[in-house]
Amino acid sequence: MSITVDDRGVSFQEIYQSVEKKAYYQKLITLVSIGGILLYFVFSIIQFDLGSISRKWSPDRASRLFLDTYAHKDHVVMNWKDTSKISVNFEGDYRYQYPSFPEWLERIGDGKDIAILTFNSGSKAIFRDDKIIFEQSKSEDRKFIFGIGNNGKPYAEAYDNDGNEKDLPNWIRVTESKVEVRPSLYERIQIYKRKVEVHRYEFGWKYFWFDFFSPLKDYSLPEALSLIFSNERIEPDKTNFELVFSEISDNEQWMHGTVLFSILETLLMAVLGTLLASLLGLPLAFLAAYNITPFKFVRFSLRRLFDMLRGIDMIIWCLIFVRSFGPGLFTGIFAIAFTDTGTLGKLMSEAIENADNKQQEGVKSTGASTILQHRFGIIPQIMPVFISQSLYYLESNTRGAVILGAMGAGGIGLQLLGAIRTGNDFENVGYMAVLIVLLVTVMDQMSAFLRRFLIGIEKN
Amino acid sequence: MSQNAITIESLEENLKVLARQRAIYSVLFIGAIIFIVVSGVGVANQYNAGSFTRGVENFFDYPADLFSDAFEAGWGWFGIVLSFIPALFETFSAAVFSTVVGASIALILCPLATINLSPNQVTVQIVRRTFDILRSFPELVFALILLYLMGKSIVPAIIAVTLHTIGAMGKLFSEAIENIDMKPVDGLKSVGASWYQIICFAVYPQVLPLVLSYSLLRLEINVRASTILGFVGAGGIGAYLTASLQWRYGDEVLAIMFLLVATITALDYFSSYVRHKLIGKISA
Repeated sequence: MSITVDDRGVSFQEIYQSVEKKAYYQKLITLVSIGGILLYFVFSIIQFDLGSISRKWSPDRASRLFLDTYAHKDHVVMNWKDTSKISVNFEGDYRYQYPSFPEWLERIGDGKDIAILTFNSGSKAIFRDDKIIFEQSKSEDRKFIFGIGNNGKPYAEAYDNDGNEKDLPNWIRVTESKVEVRPSLYERIQIYKRKVEVHRYEFGWKYFWFDFFSPLKDYSLPEALSLIFSNERIEPDKTNFELVFSEISDNEQWMHGTVLFSILETLLMAVLGTLLASLLGLPLAFLAAYNITPFKFVRFSLRRLFDMLRGIDMIIWCLIFVRSFGPGLFTGIFAIAFTDTGTLGKLMSEAIENADNKQQEGVKSTGASTILQHRFGIIPQIMPVFISQSLYYLESNTRGAVILGAMGAGGIGLQLLGAIRTGNDFENVGYMAVLIVLLVTVMDQMSAFLRRFLIGIEKN
Repeated sequence: MSQNAITIESLEENLKVLARQRAIYSVLFIGAIIFIVVSGVGVANQYNAGSFTRGVENFFDYPADLFSDAFEAGWGWFGIVLSFIPALFETFSAAVFSTVVGASIALILCPLATINLSPNQVTVQIVRRTFDILRSFPELVFALILLYLMGKSIVPAIIAVTLHTIGAMGKLFSEAIENIDMKPVDGLKSVGASWYQIICFAVYPQVLPLVLSYSLLRLEINVRASTILGFVGAGGIGAYLTASLQWRYGDEVLAIMFLLVATITALDYFSSYVRHKLIGKISA
């Protein structure tokens, strides 16, 4: 016996069953789709050989590289043959040799010790004629001795406080030709058959404002800026103002002038590309809208032109333009302008077609000409869409211009590619990455501000 | 009567002042744009490797070269096109994989980034800032560093694109979640559902069509991105494109360009078709 719910004779039981069935199917669909995604993951992991990440990824190299982005190092090199000469080079570059010892390296004239190097952590490396003594300042207070044995091979020994020999810790690696000591990220000692090389890391970017050869290298930035107001000239043939700014922009290591100019190039590429696209796209969009242009042929061909400009990707336009304009700004500008003329043209012609025609009729009723009808009937309606779309494209094109730069259009993208390819200037890579993120963020904020300012408060 | 006349006159006066102001602003605005364009083109011309006029003259040379090369290849050109399909598939599936992974992670994280649902406001800020950072780093920077670290393969490109996708999608999804109807959430709360149950049964069903449509849009973007990353050394069809460009094999370059344009256009049409269907579902 069933309980009749309504006149049609649908029973409560049936409704309950149908609801239950529906819920069951929904559950099934969810489970199947989640299962499908998981299956796809497994397939992809096999296809892309994602297991190889763990093999290729060396945490050592990565951490050293990351360290290089925010720290700098000095190399101290001593030859076993001529231990009287110890050279100290900034970043190990032969050109950047310190004329005298820095304060953390103390030369000792007499006795067995030649020099004492103090690391940032307080640990000490004592250079001697035939060995290096490394004293750790950590709680264990242990002592290590490295040197070249009688057989000509480098050796390592560890002692505790009482002078008893102990096992080597795992951060000392001894091979046939080399002893590698890395007690912490900031300290590194390498003992070779011919020489010993000590790397002393320190936090921060050194010589950021003034490079190694600059007459101002010992000044901090505020000190240098206050020099501008003093009358004493450091270089007789230049005013201090000129000197400070030329030294900053010609900084050999950080290349502030070049990098800033590249940033401006990238920005110019994005701004000009977007501007050209919107200046071309808007009139073309009018011609492609059916309520403006009566000629079907014009509309059809413009639509296909938009499709073509949009469909051929920015990368491909970039490759074509690189051939005709050579590597440089025009390539980027035109690649952006061509792609976005297509996109903006399509979007705007749709917006024009969707515009309310009551306004236009109102203007028409006052006896205005066709052009005035469009000017006061349609343009005010599509202007907010146009402005906000153009600004959105400006944002995304700023990112795009960085990428186009790496593909041959110049600007900061090319600089970044160069810095990464050389592989040893990771502080420059970090610096440029920070600048790129800043550029993108500033452009985002600015376009959001302009949108609010020009078209009032947005929906949210 | 006289009062009225004064009002109208003063109104007209006002209107004139406003119109003049407007005209001044318009002229300034147009002047600024012209200034930017002219000076920008000047600067660009100065620092460009080739000159502008010569570039315009030569514009059709390269496409003409490509087409004549392809024409010389004759029917064999279609064979070349087919031979690049495996590479295209590699790039495409890399894009699909990073879109799926990125969207899944973003979908899991984004309830934490919305003010109306998150368990506490500190997580909202943390997750949002993470999204911002991931979004504002161009994929290229990530990819170049990872390529340097891991050697040339498509894996760095996948990681870079995935990270960027998480940032971009996370922001969009959390905005979508902020705008949902809160009634189902309240309903579930009233019967004592847990936070996890609320998210699963009141939040996700509401945003699912939007999530799918954004993901399709993102897939399109990611196909382009992984092609570009291939170009700088991450494998796939981008790598073949670099090689063919350097060897100046016009027929191969044209074949790859054709495949790329065809893929992107097909994706464009497919995604706009599906999105219209999905959005129709939302409004229905």
